[in-house]
Amino acid sequence: MNNALVNPAVLRAEIRLFGREPGSVFWILLFPTLLLVILGSVPSFRQPDDSFGGLRPIDAYVPVSVLLGLLMGGLQGMPQTLTGYRERGILRRMSTTPVRPAALLSAQMVLYGGASLASALLALAVGRLAFDVALPRQPLGYVLALLPAVLAALALGAAISALSRTTKIAGAIGSAALFPMMFCAGVWLPVQAMPDMLARIVGCTPFGAAAQALNQAAAGHWPGWSHLGVTAAWTVLLTAAAARWFRWE
Amino acid sequence: MSIIEVSELRKSYGGRPAVDGVSFAVEEGEVFGILGPNGAGKTTTVECVEGLRVPDAGRVRVTGLDPVADHERVARVLGAQLQQSELQARLTVREALRLYASFYPRPADWRLLAERLGLTEKLTTRFAKLSGGQKQRLFIALALIGNPRVVVLDELTTGLDPRARRDTWQLVEDVRASGVTVLLVTHFMEEAQRLCDRIAVIDKGRVAALDTPDGLIRRSAGATVVGFTPSAPLDEHDLNVLPGLASLAHKDGRITLSGTDETVNAVITLLARHRVTAHQLRVTDATLDDAFLDLTEVEA
Repeated sequence: MNNALVNPAVLRAEIRLFGREPGSVFWILLFPTLLLVILGSVPSFRQPDDSFGGLRPIDAYVPVSVLLGLLMGGLQGMPQTLTGYRERGILRRMSTTPVRPAALLSAQMVLYGGASLASALLALAVGRLAFDVALPRQPLGYVLALLPAVLAALALGAAISALSRTTKIAGAIGSAALFPMMFCAGVWLPVQAMPDMLARIVGCTPFGAAAQALNQAAAGHWPGWSHLGVTAAWTVLLTAAAARWFRWE
Repeated sequence: MSIIEVSELRKSYGGRPAVDGVSFAVEEGEVFGILGPNGAGKTTTVECVEGLRVPDAGRVRVTGLDPVADHERVARVLGAQLQQSELQARLTVREALRLYASFYPRPADWRLLAERLGLTEKLTTRFAKLSGGQKQRLFIALALIGNPRVVVLDELTTGLDPRARRDTWQLVEDVRASGVTVLLVTHFMEEAQRLCDRIAVIDKGRVAALDTPDGLIRRSAGATVVGFTPSAPLDEHDLNVLPGLASLAHKDGRITLSGTDETVNAVITLLARHRVTAHQLRVTDATLDDAFLDLTEVEA
């Protein structure tokens, strides 16, 4: 059992510790939905808009909020926690037990992946109940678009942690990466409303591609393989970088 | 078979040797000390024993197993307290004990361990809120929680106040009494002298001496120290030619010299011959401190 990829006791402890960080709980679980609620309170966001292809802006902002949860978990939560664990010798301490420190790494990934998905579900539920945003019309396609996005966010977080010697550096890189990623995901301007050229460029980034895949699935289409492929390719690249440079101490 | 065997261990960092051919063997049930100045290679040596570092050359065995290749099996029988490590800031003492207990096939009862280490009152306290001494005791508890056959304690009492230090020493004696072998890294002579059955003095990555604390003191040049205030001045030359003399010092009319038992006898003979009375005569055994300075000086 000690050789299992995820150690259940370590995972339970990490979930409990996550619950004791009000900041993480707010930014990852609640903030994306809160943003949705604030935008949805603006009357014009509830009117169909031609630049959104006839959708209401609030409809376009549900997938954006879903991606925002992933970004908060992957860029703001995990890298700082993991780097702190390395910096303060917690990974080393675990290396002297029969459980490898990889158990902490995998627990962190499951934890932040799970928190991101919970945040996504909350955004979908609030969108549906408060603003009558239709649930994804192609649910399986939505899941298919969401999973590579979750993995990309975790891989990006792991890569940041691998490249950061201290928690401060991890925080700085995480924040610096957060804003362009948020832009690509459509936080300031959903990809549907972006000029064609910009949408094409953003479509080459992991979360821009994920946003387009989510939009397609939300509208009832099967997400395009090219979008899924872009996100998946970034995930592979970032995972390789994390594996190459990650240090246990 | 020795429970820990280290032979010709070598480890360099960036071309600079930290450990340069260290060999020793620890027998089951003893408290074995690794003593040395800062940067002597003590921690690197025990990190190789713990399997945290891969040696460049040489052989390390714990209960006959390689700590790197057989990491999991070694980790089940070896408990470690590291020189610098922390736990998650918001993890409570109880959670830490239960979590670490779950890593081992036959863990100790964490409640009993907490009681033995005086942590019962602190079970619901978060790690970040513990005092230095409490953190140290928690780490000792975590080192013992797997019911290990060997514990490695690295700079156990650094940063503790004198009372906490003495309590911790008592604890190490209790651990030893329960049959656990202890590998103790320290730079406190008093600690090594009180706790260790045998000591390896490490200096500049090598074993400078390996003996019992008494043996180390005896073999050092100034094992016995004599101090007295002579009633009349003594001839400096007569003092300098005393047999076995290791050191000689004058201060405020008082003479302090160190050497062997033979030196002591010669001093008494000298005083009697010149009819000089020795006021406040004190003859004491040198401490491990003196032996250590002597041993590491020779190496330098």
